[in-house]
Amino acid sequence: MLRNRWTKVLVFVASLAPLMWVGWRAYNQNLTANPIEYITHFTGDWTIRFLVFTLAVTPLRKLLGLPDLIRFRRMIGLFAFFYGTLHFTTYLWLDKFFDVAEIWKDVYKRPYITAGFVAFLAMLPLAITSTTGWIRRLGGKRWQALHRLVYLSAIAGVIHYYWLVKSDIRLPAMYGAFVGILLAYRGVVWVINRKPRAAVKRPVTAIS
Amino acid sequence: MLIKRAADIAHSEITPKSTYLNRRAFLAGLPAAFLGARALTAGTKLPNVTKSPYSTSEKINSFNDVSTYNNYYEFGTDKNEPSVYAKGFKTSPWTVSVEGLCAKPRKFSIEEIMALAPLEERIYRHRCVERWSIVVPWIGYSLSTLLKQVEPTSKATFVAFETFFDRKQMPHAAGLDFPYVEGLRMDEAMHPLTLLTVGMYEETLPPQDGAPVRMILPWKYGFKSVKSIVRIKLVSSVPPTSWNKQASNEYGFYSNVNPKVDHPRWSQAQERRLGELRMRPTLLFNGYGDQVASLYNGMDLKKYY
Repeated sequence: MLRNRWTKVLVFVASLAPLMWVGWRAYNQNLTANPIEYITHFTGDWTIRFLVFTLAVTPLRKLLGLPDLIRFRRMIGLFAFFYGTLHFTTYLWLDKFFDVAEIWKDVYKRPYITAGFVAFLAMLPLAITSTTGWIRRLGGKRWQALHRLVYLSAIAGVIHYYWLVKSDIRLPAMYGAFVGILLAYRGVVWVINRKPRAAVKRPVTAIS
Repeated sequence: MLIKRAADIAHSEITPKSTYLNRRAFLAGLPAAFLGARALTAGTKLPNVTKSPYSTSEKINSFNDVSTYNNYYEFGTDKNEPSVYAKGFKTSPWTVSVEGLCAKPRKFSIEEIMALAPLEERIYRHRCVERWSIVVPWIGYSLSTLLKQVEPTSKATFVAFETFFDRKQMPHAAGLDFPYVEGLRMDEAMHPLTLLTVGMYEETLPPQDGAPVRMILPWKYGFKSVKSIVRIKLVSSVPPTSWNKQASNEYGFYSNVNPKVDHPRWSQAQERRLGELRMRPTLLFNGYGDQVASLYNGMDLKKYY
């Protein structure tokens, strides 16, 4: 099923569902008493969720023995960037009205804005080099190294969320836990693979 | 029907003490549950409300804005949660204990509070620390009327408020230590703008807006205006306040609206009036400086934020 081309279409449509949902609510003038805040939070939530989904692809492939999940990673990652762009645009446009001086002051003075800005900027080169052409041009190793920037983006995204809530930290803590677990998985794999071959016979299968 | 009849009685006739006693005797003779439900359900029209000269002429927000966009952490930390989770909140019977450094401490039933003074409609600006604002027609009377009833002593220099908390009725409460507590300096509490509030939009308060009785302090950030009050205590030192306990560097005891004193994490220079697209400049004391600035003469407002 994972190889079926229609599965890809299905994932694409499912990934657009949040946008359609918010569009429907906007059409019905049902975006709460503070629509700009609602849209900002909504697009921010979906950015961090898609970042978590992207980071989950590799561990799930290995742990569930579903190598074909890789077919969806690029698309899911690009959706993280897509919702991140909507989130960032909402801020630039509807919060700051493109007042560049105000935006710089914010980025400089407000740690949670700085963290959010870093999270977004880190996604930018990944979106640009997401094509097969760029993988070839950079070479697999270098491309992979560059794309580890997604770790930075996810961590900065969680910090951004954590720093902006007033007191109820349950949601940022939850995303922090997801990102933490998914990065810890990679750390464990890395440590195991680093050991001399003699010590561990088949390191990759050992944790699969 | 009983309520409709009460509406025809002038306030001058119902305020004297003998009248409440009569009224209470009268009430005692009727099934309490029936009356309680009638008298204090959210959305009961409040009779004989006079217009106050303290009102702003600015455009008021819709009832829907004010009753679906709430910060009331006892009923959930998302703005849309209180209007859902506060449904059916029991606000009757309800008493407010007024106690501490005063000659005549006592408990007031909500019915007594409602009848203590003529109800006024006051259209106030309300500015949240989160940079949004609303304009609301509140109903109530100055807190000083209630405080005078208990005759505060000269030692009473601060007023501490405690609000209702019951984990059973508020299973979604999160984010703060409960019960929620707040405080005012005595002169702030006695200021005529300080409104003991029992209604809005011509009706009793909906539960998500702090039924049955709350404070409104239009020159301070919204979190100072406590909801669902159960205790008012006259004290002689600065009382603890919930958000200050949560993050003292972010929320001070005074928390007067001030565009020049930033929240450590965001600027307070501007605000979004709900219903407007562009931000508007925030005014010192939320525009109530003419009335309240003298309370803070000589104080460094950056230090006493």
